[in-house]
Amino acid sequence: MTVLLNKETKLMVQGITGSQGSLHAKGCKDYCATQLVAGVTPGKGGSSHDGTPVYNSVRDAKEASGANCSMIFVPPPFAADAILEAIEAEIELVVAITEGIPVLDMIPVAAALKGGKTRLIGPNCPGIISPGEAKVGIMPGHIHKKGNIGLVSRSGTLTYEAVAQLGAKDLGNSTCIGIGGDPINGTNFIDALRLFQDDPETEGIVLIGEIGGTAEEEAAEFYKEYVKKPMIAYITGQTAPPGRRMGHAGAIVSGSGGTAASKIKALNAAGIAVARTPADIGDTMLQALK
Amino acid sequence: MKIHEYQAKQIIAQYGATVPQGHMAQSVEEAVKIAKNLGGPVQVVKAQIHAGGRGKGGGVKVSKGLDAVKESATAILGMQLVTHQTGPGGQKVKTLLIEEGMDIKKEFYFSILVDRASKKIVMIASREGGMEIEEVAEKTPEKILKEWINPVTGLRPFQVSRLAYALGFDQYGKAAVKGAKKLFTSLYQTFIQEDCDLLEINPLIVTKEGRVLALDCKMSFDSNALYRHPMTVELRDLDEEDPAEVEASQHDLNFIKLEGEIGCMVNGAGFAMATMDLIHDYGGTPANFLDVGGTADEERVENAFRIITKDEKVKCILINIFGGIVRCDMIASGVVKAFKSVALKIPVVVRLEGTNAKKAHEIINQSGLEGKLVMVDGFGPAAQKAVELAKAQG
Repeated sequence: MTVLLNKETKLMVQGITGSQGSLHAKGCKDYCATQLVAGVTPGKGGSSHDGTPVYNSVRDAKEASGANCSMIFVPPPFAADAILEAIEAEIELVVAITEGIPVLDMIPVAAALKGGKTRLIGPNCPGIISPGEAKVGIMPGHIHKKGNIGLVSRSGTLTYEAVAQLGAKDLGNSTCIGIGGDPINGTNFIDALRLFQDDPETEGIVLIGEIGGTAEEEAAEFYKEYVKKPMIAYITGQTAPPGRRMGHAGAIVSGSGGTAASKIKALNAAGIAVARTPADIGDTMLQALK
Repeated sequence: MKIHEYQAKQIIAQYGATVPQGHMAQSVEEAVKIAKNLGGPVQVVKAQIHAGGRGKGGGVKVSKGLDAVKESATAILGMQLVTHQTGPGGQKVKTLLIEEGMDIKKEFYFSILVDRASKKIVMIASREGGMEIEEVAEKTPEKILKEWINPVTGLRPFQVSRLAYALGFDQYGKAAVKGAKKLFTSLYQTFIQEDCDLLEINPLIVTKEGRVLALDCKMSFDSNALYRHPMTVELRDLDEEDPAEVEASQHDLNFIKLEGEIGCMVNGAGFAMATMDLIHDYGGTPANFLDVGGTADEERVENAFRIITKDEKVKCILINIFGGIVRCDMIASGVVKAFKSVALKIPVVVRLEGTNAKKAHEIINQSGLEGKLVMVDGFGPAAQKAVELAKAQG
């Protein structure tokens, strides 16, 4: 069993005819035969893109193809609308890759997700992969090995680094979830921890956080209450200057809030080992499993 | 993106917020002329820089009469204003705001921002005006009032009313309650219409006559939303930014200038921060944060090189790339080309991992740049090597 994705996942891509959408739709299809069943580009309905049927709306695509998952590559000005369209069509899993969505556009999206049938991952994220099963995202599939470590991260390439370090210790992944670097996102650390705790195949958890906000502190609290599996963490941006936005819209130390020190303190207090440097993520996980 | 106080006040005034009368000036003569037109016994001369803490640094002077205004303007205009937010070098004052002086009865704190935890807009207010809100939050959290805005209903009248009474505006008369409610509402309208990131009024005041005004105004914008605010983009003041950061932004590079010796070129924001952390761990200091992005090509690599090496403190460059979609061999040839075209004199440590890494190693090893372009395997060893080489440069 894996988390959220498996061989039954039927994927549609919103924005499939754009250059990024097209490239990564193919990347997913080529990874373990992920079922790419539909694409959506308004105005191009009825056509076919690289052998995938294209529809004018998410609802049309879902009705025709039975898709239960959507990956979004729509440009930032229209991306929140694309997510809302997928929520309205009750797509179970929506993965928004788009970077640069205005934060005020995400507030109604967050409200629409409440009590609905959709789980959103992202935006501004690399997506999700269950090695050997399916990939919905832009990560390089070949670095991932099937295994028992669940990984959840706010970062993209740092996650690839962590996956490579785990792989070097012969630790594969059950599922890797990139929750994204924006201040308002869909799935958060707590949601991911719950999924990993409930997944019998996941035996250990890696959490990669960064400066800004209090999601890591909240995850530490939740870990104490709910998670019974060994977990380790790394917080990036420990030496970042305060008041500066470090690339990700959400990565900023404002005043005394959102510092790496506060996050590490909370994680340690919950009994979670925090890797001393980003080069020690693999080792720290290996130690925690012993 | 930040703007100046005088610009922010013009914007909130358009939404109906009450602000003191005033005007910006860029010369002492202009300042005196504005003060004359304002009339009244007292004028305030305020330095216009983006950093906070201007008052403590001597950038705000209450002046009684035109001679005093002339004296204040002469003192402030052109000064290097140092505050806790500017760094030790300070920021040169090129613009002033000349305002009518107010008869302040009581100062409050007020701000609007997006609360990440609740995923809603929140209004924050306190009776402790003029103080750093962080300090109030730490010492007396009970004095901080919050109103979260339901995205379905928007801000409701009962919320502004509740806030006005909770802050005690009724002590200053009915007009004060009315004025506070109107001001809160217009600030909220500004926040949502202009895609603000932060809107902070500190202090927000009530005068002895019961008028409620925004005495200061700090406004910054969500840079992801600037595409729908072309007028706002015009307000960007490049003098307030580091020249290297301005140049980097023109090349779509995510770059932040730091004070250290090791130039960094990394793909991914989280990975770039992790690289800085690791350099520190080995006893070095990063000269910059730089995310070359997911679509790094030769041109970007070359631009990045040029911007990093403009900083004379840089003694070594560390390139740390985890190739996913980006192919390492493509990065390697870009690095070799850029190294030659920029005519680099300092050593470069290259760590390339991921897609086509093997091919990349061959390209670097056959570049004929032995000793200058050093290929190192592994994240830790690469950072360590860069620190070593930087130290060896003295």
